[in-house]
Amino acid sequence: MDNLMQIAMQNVNYGSIMPSLVLCIFGMALLLINVFLPRGKTTPASWIALIGLVVTAVFAARGWGDPQFGFAGHVALDKFASFSNIIFLFSAGLTILMSDEYLQREGYPIGEYYPLILFATAGAMWMASGTDMMTIFLGLEVLSISLYILAGMFRGQLRSNEAGLKYFLLGAFSTGFLVYGIALIYGVSGTTNVADIGMYLKSHPAMLGNPMTIAGMLLISVGFLFKIGAAPFHMWAPDVYQGAPTPITAFMSAGPKAAALVAFVRILILGLDGLQGDWTSLLWVLAVLTMTVGNIIAINQTNIKRMLAYSSISHAGYALVGLVAANQIGVSGILFYMLAYTFMNLGAFAVLVLAGKKGEENLTLEGFAGFGFKRPFLGVAMSIFLISLMGIPTTAGFAGKFYIFAGAIKAGYIWLAVLGVLNSAVSLYYYLRVMVYMYFKEPAEDYGWVTLHAGAVISIIISVVGVFYLGLIPGKVMEMARMALFF
Amino acid sequence: MLDSYLPIIVLIGIAVGFAICTTIFSRLIGQKKPTEVKLAPYECGMPPVGSARERMSMKFYIIAMLFIVFDIEAVFLYPWAVMFKKLGLFGFVEMGVFIAILLVGYIYVWKKGALEWE
Amino acid sequence: MQDYSLLWLIPFFPLVGSIINGLFGKKIRNEALIGTIGTAAIGASFVVSCTYFFKLLGDAEKIHETTIFGAMGSGTWMNVGQLQIDWGFLLDPLSALMIMVVTGVGSLIHLYSIGYMHGEEGFYRFFSYLNLFCFSMLMLVLGNNAMVMFIGWEGVGLCSYLLIGYYFEKKSAGDAAKKAFVVNRVGDFGFLIGLFLLFWSLGQKGVRTIRFTEIAANAHLLENGGTIVTIVTLCFFLGATGKSAQIPLYTWLPDAMEGPTPVSALIHAATMVTAGVYMIGRMNGLFAMAPDTMMVIAIVGAATAIFAASIGLAQNDIKRVLAYSTVSQLGYMFLAMGVGAFTAGIFHLMTHAFFKACLFLGSGSVIHGMHHAYHHAHLHDDPQDMRNMGGLRKKMPITFITFLVSTIAIAGIPGFSGFFSKDEILWWSFGSTRGGWILWVVGAIAAGMTAFYMFRLVFMTFFGEQKTDPRAKDHIPESGLTITIPLMVLGALAVIGGYIGVPAILGGANHIHHFLEPVFGQAQKLHAIEAHGSHATEYGLMGISVGIAVIGIFGAWFMYVKNPEMPKQLVAKFKWLHTAIFNKWFVDELYDAMFVNATKRAGRICWKGFDLPIIDGIVNGVGWLVRGFSAALRYTQSGQIHSYAMAMVIGAVIIVAAYVL
Repeated sequence: MDNLMQIAMQNVNYGSIMPSLVLCIFGMALLLINVFLPRGKTTPASWIALIGLVVTAVFAARGWGDPQFGFAGHVALDKFASFSNIIFLFSAGLTILMSDEYLQREGYPIGEYYPLILFATAGAMWMASGTDMMTIFLGLEVLSISLYILAGMFRGQLRSNEAGLKYFLLGAFSTGFLVYGIALIYGVSGTTNVADIGMYLKSHPAMLGNPMTIAGMLLISVGFLFKIGAAPFHMWAPDVYQGAPTPITAFMSAGPKAAALVAFVRILILGLDGLQGDWTSLLWVLAVLTMTVGNIIAINQTNIKRMLAYSSISHAGYALVGLVAANQIGVSGILFYMLAYTFMNLGAFAVLVLAGKKGEENLTLEGFAGFGFKRPFLGVAMSIFLISLMGIPTTAGFAGKFYIFAGAIKAGYIWLAVLGVLNSAVSLYYYLRVMVYMYFKEPAEDYGWVTLHAGAVISIIISVVGVFYLGLIPGKVMEMARMALFF
Repeated sequence: MLDSYLPIIVLIGIAVGFAICTTIFSRLIGQKKPTEVKLAPYECGMPPVGSARERMSMKFYIIAMLFIVFDIEAVFLYPWAVMFKKLGLFGFVEMGVFIAILLVGYIYVWKKGALEWE
Repeated sequence: MQDYSLLWLIPFFPLVGSIINGLFGKKIRNEALIGTIGTAAIGASFVVSCTYFFKLLGDAEKIHETTIFGAMGSGTWMNVGQLQIDWGFLLDPLSALMIMVVTGVGSLIHLYSIGYMHGEEGFYRFFSYLNLFCFSMLMLVLGNNAMVMFIGWEGVGLCSYLLIGYYFEKKSAGDAAKKAFVVNRVGDFGFLIGLFLLFWSLGQKGVRTIRFTEIAANAHLLENGGTIVTIVTLCFFLGATGKSAQIPLYTWLPDAMEGPTPVSALIHAATMVTAGVYMIGRMNGLFAMAPDTMMVIAIVGAATAIFAASIGLAQNDIKRVLAYSTVSQLGYMFLAMGVGAFTAGIFHLMTHAFFKACLFLGSGSVIHGMHHAYHHAHLHDDPQDMRNMGGLRKKMPITFITFLVSTIAIAGIPGFSGFFSKDEILWWSFGSTRGGWILWVVGAIAAGMTAFYMFRLVFMTFFGEQKTDPRAKDHIPESGLTITIPLMVLGALAVIGGYIGVPAILGGANHIHHFLEPVFGQAQKLHAIEAHGSHATEYGLMGISVGIAVIGIFGAWFMYVKNPEMPKQLVAKFKWLHTAIFNKWFVDELYDAMFVNATKRAGRICWKGFDLPIIDGIVNGVGWLVRGFSAALRYTQSGQIHSYAMAMVIGAVIIVAAYVL
């Protein structure tokens, strides 16, 4: 007992949680600063939040060259976490950039908005660097609770309220599944450490067939699939995405989704490797289901925000394809794809943010008629993002899908890849339809209310650059994604 | 191993037995002159019967939530206090950080006016 | 080792210019500014090109590769299996010469276009396309691997399509653009097949690459003169015939004259159409290994040269004559490539770029003046028909002089640039180990025809009495400075451009030969490709070809200046021949009957018999089904939170049950 302190000290290693630590400090500082700022003034807060993200990025990037492990094997800032952190930071940064004017326009200049995004990002980072079920769970909760609040941020809007409450209730419900699954696995293996679980199952092959192990794996999967928004646990997604403030919708569809995916990857591949046969067959079916359901419902949507919400479901399906492949190309493809998706989806949402009127009743197909001619810059940018979402070559979307499907083919899941490509073809329809409305319909309005705000424009430009960089020269980033793998 | 649970079982037995005994004895020997007030489960406070869908003011929830947060703080402080000497400076700093974090919340809540009832 | 890492700037500037003009040109509206942006973009490229060109001249090491980020290895475009493709650039004497031509002539033509396109609807669109073309062309010549070259290859095809169809409201322009695009696709198909075959066959030998330097280094792995090399090179050559308008795929180029004249000058004379020649030069090591292919190339080139020249004899549209002349001159270049005179081919490519660009721009200046006059007089005569011209030398002196100089150059009169390059080609086609006297005969006759029809053009346009409608004839002005400056520069180049390649027997140092030595020397040495013969033969052949050219010129003078009635009598006498030539030997009609209509008919059968009932049925059926599903699935999204939770539970239960039970 005398050396309790030494034990505690040795295992701490703040370096392993440095990025999230910095984010939390910035978040808390922002909370305090907010209280002392005059009401309705949020612009300084957004800048401080951005500075926080940049500082964090420095620490996150450090993990690339110099991996850190700490807290008795609960946390690892390895290359995998480092790469994922950069995805989260991009999605948070782009979100913050497009938010400020939006909050002013919608009449909810609420200061807590930015700290909450920072906390959510910190939670996502814990998920990515968590090597223990409990750390991952902790991260998931921090992330989710921040998102529940953010989704319901617009107190006076019925839809926003609905989104927040729905997300909260269903999220809590799904967490139940997840915790139960963790408990079952703990019951089997006697540990919550992901690597130890893997070791245990390797040395006790008999336990692999145990219903408790399988049920535990399935329940954990249900929990994560909910967060990813995979069918049949996707139902919350459209309602929440549509109701939440637009930048938050963009954020939710990129960063947190990536967080859930990478944590899922770590648990499945590191911890439940022995059950690979079981979870690949499960994810095979669900990936196809997810892609298909997302795409098919998206076809009938006339509200663009809701359309993008459904399409986000189908993109989760594509990402799952990489997890089914469970090989180097497939899994590094997931990392690449989530980064690509961050750019193209947040870019598209940034255009929506600019194009919307107060209340955003006009974000329908009809509301976009002739938009491309009246607002050429935004029109071209939107087209680029849509083309990338379709997966047309020279854009990030294509490169991402290419790697994921290549992984599936390499692992022998030819049919899965075929179904994935077919689904991409289906998605052409509804993405192209937006472009048709933008360029081939007579302008219904003069779009005089659309003013280019610096923040949103910067985020659009960053996204365009990202889309083309990843689309034209994917080699370098893909190489990094491959180096990031822990297996 | 189960032996160690024996005292608990005994305790449960005594508690249940006591409850049953008092109910039976009070029924047997007590006088019965019931009035409406006497039959009500609680003699003071809110009327016990009414619509279940009544709305409560948000203030109650906020106070309850704040109570839980700071209650947990107190709960954490106990084991730390017990081990204070062994944990030494490290433990002290850690606890200081923990309380500082709660302090941020406290200041926030205070400035937001959540602690004011009206 | 010097630093060549900024090569990417060369294609970069025109790309930026294109984007700026394309996106904001409509807003800018100010023609001067748009034109300045476009010209400055390509001008900047020219400056960078000059820097690198002279750097290369002074550098002992002649072959340099970089990628967009400078160092090799970064700037990876894609990694497929063991194949890595970079955004890589290659600067060697060949590409250095090409970028000088493309950016130099390109800059002049941009400048010219400012004046020529003045007041046109969509001025910004024109400059945006023109810049985009320069970008693509520079990618084509600078690419260090076949994929980057292919991007440029497709890009120039696209720009050519867009620019031919610039006046898209005219049906003929739209048709011509379509024709150019479709015919080019046939060639591109060949290019791609060749590329795949090459990649595959090298892959069989364990080399997976499409980088030119590596292809050249590993070409020896393939069987010399073997079937594979022959087929691969033939496929590449098919690609070249499409892009460079050779038999059998030349028909699109004359129609391409529907585009604005600067386009004809830049794309359809100086640069894009020479891409095929450049491509063969780039892969000379491979072609040298396939003597059969080389022979095919030489024959096709010679045939094209004489065939197109014969058509040029009887055309009346000023631009059409020049178009056929271009086809014919390209034939010369291919003849050169085919007989192994790679240097001579590239040399002729360069001189041709100067004098043909000058000729096209001069014809543009004439058309511009005629158009102006007709417009002034409210007439709707054809401003391009030479029969309405005549005597313009006094009205447009600068245009006339530059035009005349270039015509002398193309006719091959000693002392002018065309003489040196053409003479070297003819000498090689006679004396090369891969040549033959019959090729020389064909080439020499074609040279005579060229001299004839070019001077016919000059005499009909600038000499004799003015045949323009009297109401318009006094309103033909000389063009402005933006038009005449490029003319003068190009005219000067048409005179002096040949002096970098004066052959040894005329006491020259033949600089270009030494300059291009690092590119072509190895293959020529390896496969013993050289021209041999006594000096007497060389002098004799030179004398004969000059003599033929002079006869041609004299013939033109005799028929169109001395006895203006004579052509009509000749036409009456040889009516069938004239009809055949005038109608371009009916090749278009033949193609229409053989390919176009047959394809159309087959297409119709597919459409009515297969597409409509079956494919459309399936497609529409699937669409209908999907929409139906979509509508049905939408009802599952009830918005009720308890039904969502219920769905989750049911899903979870099904999943768990499926595994555990």
